[in-house]
Amino acid sequence: MIVAVHPADCSEGVADGLALGGATVTRAPELVPEDRGINDSDLLLVELGDQPMRRLRELARIVENIGLPVIVVVSTEHLALMDGAAGISDFLTTPVDPIELRLRLQRLIMTEAVDDLVTFKDLELNPLNYQASLAGEPLDMTFMEYELLRFLMENSVRVWSREQLLSKVWGYDYYGGARTVDVHIRRLRAKLGEERSSWITTVRSVGYRFG
Amino acid sequence: MNKQAEYVLRTVEERRIRFVRLWFTDVQGFLKSVSIGPTELEVAFEEGMTFDGSSIDGYARIQEADMLAKPDPSTFQVLPWRAEEQVARMFCDIYTPDGEPFSGDPRIVLKRNLERASEMGYIFYAAPELEFFYFRDSGPVPEVLDRGGYFDLTPLDVAQEYRRNTINALEHMGIPIEHSHHEVAPSQHEIIVRYTDALTMADNIMTSRLTVKEVALQHGIYATFMPKPLEDYDGSGMHLHLSLFEGDVNAFHEPGTPGGLSKVGQAFIAGLLRHAAELTAITNQWVNSYKRLVAGFDAPIYVSWARNNQSALVRVPSVKKGKPSSVRVEYRAADAACNPYLALSVILAAGLEGIREGYELPAEVAADIHRLTPAERAAAGVKRLPETLSEALDTLEQSELMAEALGEHVFDWFLRNKRREWDRFQHHVSQFELETYLPVL
Repeated sequence: MIVAVHPADCSEGVADGLALGGATVTRAPELVPEDRGINDSDLLLVELGDQPMRRLRELARIVENIGLPVIVVVSTEHLALMDGAAGISDFLTTPVDPIELRLRLQRLIMTEAVDDLVTFKDLELNPLNYQASLAGEPLDMTFMEYELLRFLMENSVRVWSREQLLSKVWGYDYYGGARTVDVHIRRLRAKLGEERSSWITTVRSVGYRFG
Repeated sequence: MNKQAEYVLRTVEERRIRFVRLWFTDVQGFLKSVSIGPTELEVAFEEGMTFDGSSIDGYARIQEADMLAKPDPSTFQVLPWRAEEQVARMFCDIYTPDGEPFSGDPRIVLKRNLERASEMGYIFYAAPELEFFYFRDSGPVPEVLDRGGYFDLTPLDVAQEYRRNTINALEHMGIPIEHSHHEVAPSQHEIIVRYTDALTMADNIMTSRLTVKEVALQHGIYATFMPKPLEDYDGSGMHLHLSLFEGDVNAFHEPGTPGGLSKVGQAFIAGLLRHAAELTAITNQWVNSYKRLVAGFDAPIYVSWARNNQSALVRVPSVKKGKPSSVRVEYRAADAACNPYLALSVILAAGLEGIREGYELPAEVAADIHRLTPAERAAAGVKRLPETLSEALDTLEQSELMAEALGEHVFDWFLRNKRREWDRFQHHVSQFELETYLPVL
């Protein structure tokens, strides 16, 4: 696990806790989405220190874009600021107990991992190990079938056109044109079986929808 | 390593897959397989697996024995019929030791032809109707399971169960089936596979043939794609439904024209017709294939096209209104015992030649051609398909277009090998001759 810390010179308790949790630490000198340290990490830890308002403001600005879980370290006197602070996964108060930090990191990563499971009724996809199961039985798919199904499940309800699916799922490296999407949808329906094949609906002259 | 390969390695590990079969096809369309363990998989992706090419029909001469099989990770699939231990398969492309695509590999031959189509802006789609027979066993005297209405040897639902299990297995392997039914002849069945791009389809045909045979084996019977096993009944064909797309648009479709057929579609058909005799040796590659292409059964023998005429070689099936994407051409001569990579290659080459050269589509022959007199057929400009393998080979040998489509390696080997097959057949004294001549001559 890679943890980005801000400001770059973190407190002793944080450093010890991260070391205890076996995390690789990268420094994030600035709270901007382009920051390399933030970009490459799995989690962002921000110590509010003596500039809590400013850092929370900066954090609020980037939190949507970076899509990382965020832990905030806050002193007890500023605790009231946590009320209504958006996009923060968890917080600790100073002084940081290294063991507490390690445990909180663990919990966060675990919930994230569980959240990663994509499910719909008795269909379950685990993107971490590329496995899928249907009613508890493993479901065998090719990579592109898997990626397409995952995309549809993660972005259900709305209708996706063939072109959108091609560019979102296949990227530019595809072969076979927009009909490739139809072919893969048929294959997915075949694998889901008769009763469940209607989970993927064809919206005439628009595209496909899941759920 | 790309994401597809990573996916395969991950799945092999997670699903505890013991063996991965690397599949490829010889020139005559027999499926070949090398099994490797999970540990060798990474090497196979990066470098390919070395095997002795000289022992594969139509592959290498002895001096170029070593060949490399490189698995295509996008074809990775767990095989559904091995319950006790997990086995998966991938189709391979064959490479020479110096890393060049091997021109004797039918899959590479098809890829080359598909590239030619894509240079012209087309993607080639195909869907087959696979016909086959169930027999008690593979012995020399075929014994049918049912008498198709004459006399039921087995309860009727027995074959239905085989078919259902086959379709389940195919759908498990990502091969959607349009439908299936009992065919005209006793014990004969048909499975209609949904279209895909032609390369996937050739892979799918290979997989389907094996699956049909595997499932039959599990039920203690034998399935065969032999073109004409029963003299008195229809043979087994493989009608191919074909279309070209330009991106999202069906290039065969043009609203307002008869049958909705565009200029491109017409030229494609014209190409198929003009080169039909040349490509027949590939689509109908066995001595026995020509026993199917005879009068009196549901098989084409004359080179003609029609919108709706079951005796035509090329048919343009009628399409439901508002479905321009399903305007297509049906080529009816091929049999299911062909090499699908090569058959799709030569059919595509013929059609593209028609488009490239702007061939004019001859008039449709709506009448039942079998009922026309030879004079009427000549007047309509209707030629016959080759009557024997030997005649088909002669026609193939003269064809520049086919030599180019197949590549020199396959073209030469095929002709040599098939001439030998014809010679062996010529030496054979048949039951027919013994029964007809011995008592009277």
